[in-house]
Amino acid sequence: MRVEGREKVTGTARYAYEYPVAGAAYAFAVQAAAGPGRVTAVHDEEVLALPGVIAVLSHRNAPALKPVEDGELALFQSDEVAYRGQVVAAVVAETLDTAREAARLLRVDYDDRPPKVRLSPGDPGLYKPEEVNPSFPADTGQGDPDEAFGASAVRIDATYTTPAEHNNPMEPHATIAEWRDGGLTLHDSNQGASTVAATLAELFDLEPAQVRVVAPHVGGGFGSKGTPRPNVVLAAMAARVTGRPVKFAFTRQQMFATTGYRTPTIQRVRLGADADGTLTTIVHEVVEQTSTVREFAEQAATPTRMMYRAPHRRTAHRLARLDVPTPSWMRAPGETPGMFALECAMDELAFAAGVDPIELRVRNEPDTEPESGLPFSSRNLVACLRRGAELFGWDDRDPAPSVRRRGRKMYGTGVASATYPANLSPSKATAAAAPDGTFTVRIAAADIGTGARTALTAIAAEALKTDASRVTVEIGDSALPKAPLAGGSMGTASWGFAVTRACEALRADLDGGASPPVEASADTTEEVKARGDYARHAFGAQFAEVEVDVDTGEIRVPRMLGVFAAGRIVDPQRARSQFIGGMTMGLGMALMEESTMDERFGDYVNHDLAQYHVPACADVRDIDAVWIEESDPHLNPMGTKGIGEIGIVGAAAAVANALHHATGLRLRDLPLTPAAVLTNL
Amino acid sequence: MDSGDGVVHAEITVTVNGAARRLRVDTRVSLLDLLREELGLTGAKKGCDHGQCGACTVLLDGRRANACLALAVAQDGAEVVTVEGLAGGDRLSPLQQAFLDEDAFQCGYCTPGQLCSATGMLDEAARGRPSAVTPPGDGPPELDDAEIRERMSGNLCRCGAYVNIVAAVRAAAGEAAR
Repeated sequence: MRVEGREKVTGTARYAYEYPVAGAAYAFAVQAAAGPGRVTAVHDEEVLALPGVIAVLSHRNAPALKPVEDGELALFQSDEVAYRGQVVAAVVAETLDTAREAARLLRVDYDDRPPKVRLSPGDPGLYKPEEVNPSFPADTGQGDPDEAFGASAVRIDATYTTPAEHNNPMEPHATIAEWRDGGLTLHDSNQGASTVAATLAELFDLEPAQVRVVAPHVGGGFGSKGTPRPNVVLAAMAARVTGRPVKFAFTRQQMFATTGYRTPTIQRVRLGADADGTLTTIVHEVVEQTSTVREFAEQAATPTRMMYRAPHRRTAHRLARLDVPTPSWMRAPGETPGMFALECAMDELAFAAGVDPIELRVRNEPDTEPESGLPFSSRNLVACLRRGAELFGWDDRDPAPSVRRRGRKMYGTGVASATYPANLSPSKATAAAAPDGTFTVRIAAADIGTGARTALTAIAAEALKTDASRVTVEIGDSALPKAPLAGGSMGTASWGFAVTRACEALRADLDGGASPPVEASADTTEEVKARGDYARHAFGAQFAEVEVDVDTGEIRVPRMLGVFAAGRIVDPQRARSQFIGGMTMGLGMALMEESTMDERFGDYVNHDLAQYHVPACADVRDIDAVWIEESDPHLNPMGTKGIGEIGIVGAAAAVANALHHATGLRLRDLPLTPAAVLTNL
Repeated sequence: MDSGDGVVHAEITVTVNGAARRLRVDTRVSLLDLLREELGLTGAKKGCDHGQCGACTVLLDGRRANACLALAVAQDGAEVVTVEGLAGGDRLSPLQQAFLDEDAFQCGYCTPGQLCSATGMLDEAARGRPSAVTPPGDGPPELDDAEIRERMSGNLCRCGAYVNIVAAVRAAAGEAAR
């Protein structure tokens, strides 16, 4: 059972906006109604005259902030507007309703110019970024892919697109800020308290110890809370200016321009193979967008560098700098859009070569990591595919498309590979033994719904050689030992490493005769640095069945199965929840998620949950996940790989490939909509 | 009444989780903000404030409702049950226990709404109210998985716990039927 489960089902788990704060004022954000351009007037005197309005913040009166790397945090530091929807002002008032009404009434004048927001592969402004997220080269290449492709017996040359997609955690980005004795206390919804505290200290020119960030419960993030967002700056600034504690949350609508999203992608993939499907050439070229505020380059082609063997290969990323909100991390950035393209292309190659899609992947399985030549710490893609084939009933599948029809429905099945790197970051932790035989482990980890608190409790208990019921794990507070954020699927691995080491040290102290109260600490910086050179990745196989209505074009997915190889699974129930949760988001990516840019005025048009569709209960039928236990000594003391993101990777490709099997339609643009089916059927 | 500051207030009486409250409310305030900001009942969540996500679901006079779409001033005389009122003291409701057992949540932010919604839904089904997927005919609808999914589709869960939510509701419905 989840450690904090009881609090969550009784409504007593407090999220950022829910802490009782005496004398709090309420802030509400005002977004640019035009852009790009500049703000020429803020008619704040009109709303300051309203009863209950305390302050209006804008570039005209905002305190100066120190510059930080993320320009989106330079709130109200100039009259420049980078894109429509950017926060240009805020109202602080005695009540939420007054703040909201005043924000609606606040008149702001702009001098704006037509926005450039259209992502196009022919854009002459496309450029090659220095590196892609987080620090990969933009381009790589080996051999002579152009010549080898031309000489290949079987060739696939196809372009796939994925739209902008928004993370949409259920809890909007929210902060309560309070200044006390020159220090700043923040109850904030984020994926890493240490990161937020460090950034806010930098912005407000404080010592790191002067900022305290508290976030024991976080209502999802999926990457969008991995870095501090304007909400935390806005709340801190409003609290400083008014001398009051301030509560602030973005509305769901505002989140679409202010809290990050996945860039749209245009991906051209070329696969050249021998007649039996053995790859000779892999080329994956990606076009994406970033903003004028800050560069974010999604690493969409990076999985192509390590998935399949081929002597001739090239990957490339090109960016368009547009007048749009800055894209950022969304669940498995890179792998999610990149593997949609690669795994659809692999399905096309299997069909063209007349090879079973699973056999095609097995046939192109590399011995070492293709581009780096490094040995894999463990790689069980083939085992996942084989196990999935058995469980899903793949072996008696007729590969012919468009031949399974019952009544007005067509049926088909598809498969795709999944992968995600097994990342690791240095972390600190402490472990303390009390005289009553209980233990307390402290680490500034975050549980955004992953089950981190529960997994770390199990990991600590194992290292302490005690029962989990005697262990309390304290997380979600920057006052705790510094830890990396919940991102890159590295949380449990990185935090668990430090927790294990702290608990082992404490166990050794106790075994050596130390008597409680006693505390031990750990810092894994050196150990993480000293790890050997291996290619460390988790793998998986995604299977999907689709049902297509020939009259309406409606696509339903009666069945999805994921088989994963992600090291040792510490907490099976939470792991399954993570896997199927990722697959559910992958179902949304396949069938419905799409943010549409207003090409005349900028900003995303469909900015709420009535227009941006995420899967609802009735969309999800049978989704299941199983795994292959791996024993991998090259990872960390627990032997774990991350599991938070791989569930979404490849899911949309499996659905698209199943759609082809059902209908014969090769739809290469996500989402796969009834309109696209009907137009092409 | 206008309190002189341009804001109109009204007095209402609402019963919240069994306790009658006499309250003076800003007539613009939603039931959700009344619960969260004035009564300290933060169990009901604000996910969208537009009736699109269901995180704010409470039981209003016994029926599930989006508290973000209900103006507090219109609730004079109403009986409200929030997630904080579902358990009997320390004893969790069968649905709460089933959500724990089935791991029917991850981040937990949609959970109070899911629980209130499921509580109201089981009652609706028991009273024979059909859903969009109920086959025509007499008799109370059988709560199979398709019925549960359809009836729980007003509550979004971005963590993607639907499979486990359906399992939890199925388990609790089975218990209720016994």
